[in-house]
Amino acid sequence: MADTSFVRTEMLPEQSPPLTSVGVLGWLRANLFSNLWNTILTVISLAFIGYLLAGLIPWVFQSVWVADSLNECREVMNATWGDTHGHACWAVIRERWLQLTFGFYPSELYWRPILAFVLLFGALAPVLFPWAPRWLLYVTAAYPFLFPWLMWGGTIWAPLMVAAGLAVGYFAHKFVEPILGGLAGMIIAVLAVIVWWLFLVGPLSGVLASIIPIGLEPVESRNFGGFMLSIMIGVVAIGVSLPIGIVLALGRQSDLLIVKAICVGFIEFIRGVPLITLLFVASTLLNIFMPPGTNFDIILRVMIMVTLFAAAYMAEVIRGGLAALPKGQYEGADSLGLDYWQSQRLIIMPQALKISIPGIVSTFIGIFKDTTLVSIIGLLDPLGLSNAIRADAAWNGIYWELFAFIAFLFFIFCFGMSRYSMYLERRLRTDHR
Amino acid sequence: MTTLTDPPKESFRLSMLIYDTRYRSLTIQVVAMMGFMLLAAWLINNTLTNLATLGKPIDFGFFRDPASYDINQRLLDYTSRDTHLRASFIGLLNTLVVAVLGCITATVVGVLVGVLRLSSNWLVARIMTVYVEMFRNVPVLLWIVLVMAILIESLPAPRAFRGEEPTATMNFFDTVAVTNRGVYIPEPLFSRSLGDISLFGASSMRFNISLDLIAILVVLGVCIFAVRKVTARANRIQEATGDRPTTWYINLGILVLPMAALLVALGFHLGYPALKGFNFQGGTHLRNSLIALWLALSLYTAAFIAEIVRGGILAISKGQTEAAGALGLRPNRIMSLVVLPQALRVIIPPLISNYLNLTKNSSLAIAVGYMDITGTLGGITMNQTGRELECVLLLMLVYLSISLLISAVMNWYNNRVKLVER
Repeated sequence: MADTSFVRTEMLPEQSPPLTSVGVLGWLRANLFSNLWNTILTVISLAFIGYLLAGLIPWVFQSVWVADSLNECREVMNATWGDTHGHACWAVIRERWLQLTFGFYPSELYWRPILAFVLLFGALAPVLFPWAPRWLLYVTAAYPFLFPWLMWGGTIWAPLMVAAGLAVGYFAHKFVEPILGGLAGMIIAVLAVIVWWLFLVGPLSGVLASIIPIGLEPVESRNFGGFMLSIMIGVVAIGVSLPIGIVLALGRQSDLLIVKAICVGFIEFIRGVPLITLLFVASTLLNIFMPPGTNFDIILRVMIMVTLFAAAYMAEVIRGGLAALPKGQYEGADSLGLDYWQSQRLIIMPQALKISIPGIVSTFIGIFKDTTLVSIIGLLDPLGLSNAIRADAAWNGIYWELFAFIAFLFFIFCFGMSRYSMYLERRLRTDHR
Repeated sequence: MTTLTDPPKESFRLSMLIYDTRYRSLTIQVVAMMGFMLLAAWLINNTLTNLATLGKPIDFGFFRDPASYDINQRLLDYTSRDTHLRASFIGLLNTLVVAVLGCITATVVGVLVGVLRLSSNWLVARIMTVYVEMFRNVPVLLWIVLVMAILIESLPAPRAFRGEEPTATMNFFDTVAVTNRGVYIPEPLFSRSLGDISLFGASSMRFNISLDLIAILVVLGVCIFAVRKVTARANRIQEATGDRPTTWYINLGILVLPMAALLVALGFHLGYPALKGFNFQGGTHLRNSLIALWLALSLYTAAFIAEIVRGGILAISKGQTEAAGALGLRPNRIMSLVVLPQALRVIIPPLISNYLNLTKNSSLAIAVGYMDITGTLGGITMNQTGRELECVLLLMLVYLSISLLISAVMNWYNNRVKLVER
């Protein structure tokens, strides 16, 4: 019997995959033309993109940069391309970009908001990025006092005296605590700071300013505007609302019935009304709520209301993070013998805040976008300025260029924030995946 | 031998209010309550003092005064001789109109975009991502103002439709006129109308309801009821015999025939807009302000809804789909019976809170001059009467009621679909 069986002793060489399933072709087939329906969608999308780019590219790049008015722009367009449609008139941005950035801030003092902005990054860097040098934390600590002084100007003694209030509180606590005990020390320290800020800062800084006059030229609030104003309101609201939001969230989660009721009432009230009504309160009512004769700055009033608004939303986001923590974490903290604040600080908050990062950042983004609402109560943020520019005879009838510019800047800030939150989530991820 | 002794009985000392956890919570609450009351008393006292100085004590009497301003986009009849209360009421209806319109459009666009973002088609998914990021990262007020500017500046004026060689023409077979003064669409008219019924007499809340509309709604309700009956019967037969009777033509007939008969009986026809003089007459006039607000709010909210829908669908694990497939369900049944019921549980709560956001954002109407409740009560009425406190408080109250109402609906839904665990 002849041995006809055949046993292959060596492996066949690998065949390369068919050309249509690898490389660019394969990718195209898998992602764009996998079946009839997909092909139709792809063709429609391509047509849409083509149509969009055919209009957009000439509009953006075949544009007029130097002109004094829209009419002049159109004359140039007519002379160059023979039509006035489909070409952007960036001249309006070129002429007004300083205004859109700084509002009516005196131009010889532009270095102050710029310095404040640069310092803002210095102050934020050690908080946001682990690779930033630690000494920048001093900038962070000094920034809340430096910022209003740089923006509004005036004597340097006022912010210094306000900062000194914290030292007063510290020393009051240090001297009183050994005598009267912890709680009394804390109460007296807080009282001392409040008394210092309310009654002593004004006269003391006045006296010091008259002895050693160091200061910057004061700038009135009504000159503030543009992105500077949006960023100012946004940064203050974002920075202050986070701690208030944490406190409100803790209050809402607490077992103390009255504290909880107050927090729930505040949060639900603020979240139930549109921001614009709160801005109406800022512009018309806040002075009525204050003692007779108080008249404080409109920007400050707006900042207060926007901060309260942001805090309520922040509280809900953080409450979500607190609720998402397993109960074992709370019990574990209790069983270690930590008291309420210790367990919050060491166990609960680090985890809860980490869970709520996406929510917190999207609240930040929302707040920053909502700063545009101040244009409705007459502050000159970029949108308010755009209305003024469009009402100007020279630029009457322009809209795409202006709004595209403003939208682009907002997009950069908001998109940047959302990307940062993704980075932060990745960095803080501790599960092993 | 050990002796058990009771711990020494402590008498109550004042310091226990602070250091003893049994009493501390009480102390904190009393202090918080007192602080809150003090703050409230301080604010109220300040307010009363200031109002007394200004010479305008709290008084809602101004609501009975004539408003003497006009509201151009409205559902009910209103003249400038009507009261401020009437104006606010019209404004409230306008708020609800734009909110409802916006919610519907935003849901349709949002669901579409959300599903397309998950498409296996790379290009379509990218385009939808660009849409979502573009709208989510730019303020809604900017979109509203931009759409308004586009409508006013780029659309043809009514006079462009006139003359021998008009530069603009009406769309959709001469039924819709898109002009820079707004969009004119055909309006439904009834030549044998049943008339109106007037509610609340001649008061500020007077309300005319068209009987035609009621008749149509009643017939529609009855038809839908009948369709559900037919479907239920089909289900019963299917469960008993395994065969599902074909029902679609019965359902179609039930839905279409009575409605068609009713419309013919009422003499239903469309009134088309036509150019008369300097402007279009006839048809329903949607003002630019309404369209700008509606469009911008819908597109903006749709971007958020798209993300919610996408998240909801992604939240359903792939195993569910595969298991349903293993049971032999067809793809559309997998979607409707397995994936959607689970995804909706994830989608609906944030969806409703986005509806709430849209309703609150509709207060930005004031930026384009659409007369919603903010534009009437919080805008012109407040500026005319100088009653800031009353107007702003009422305005907040109105929005708060709407919000609480929507929240109540959401809570009801959440409780209904809550997973019953153990």
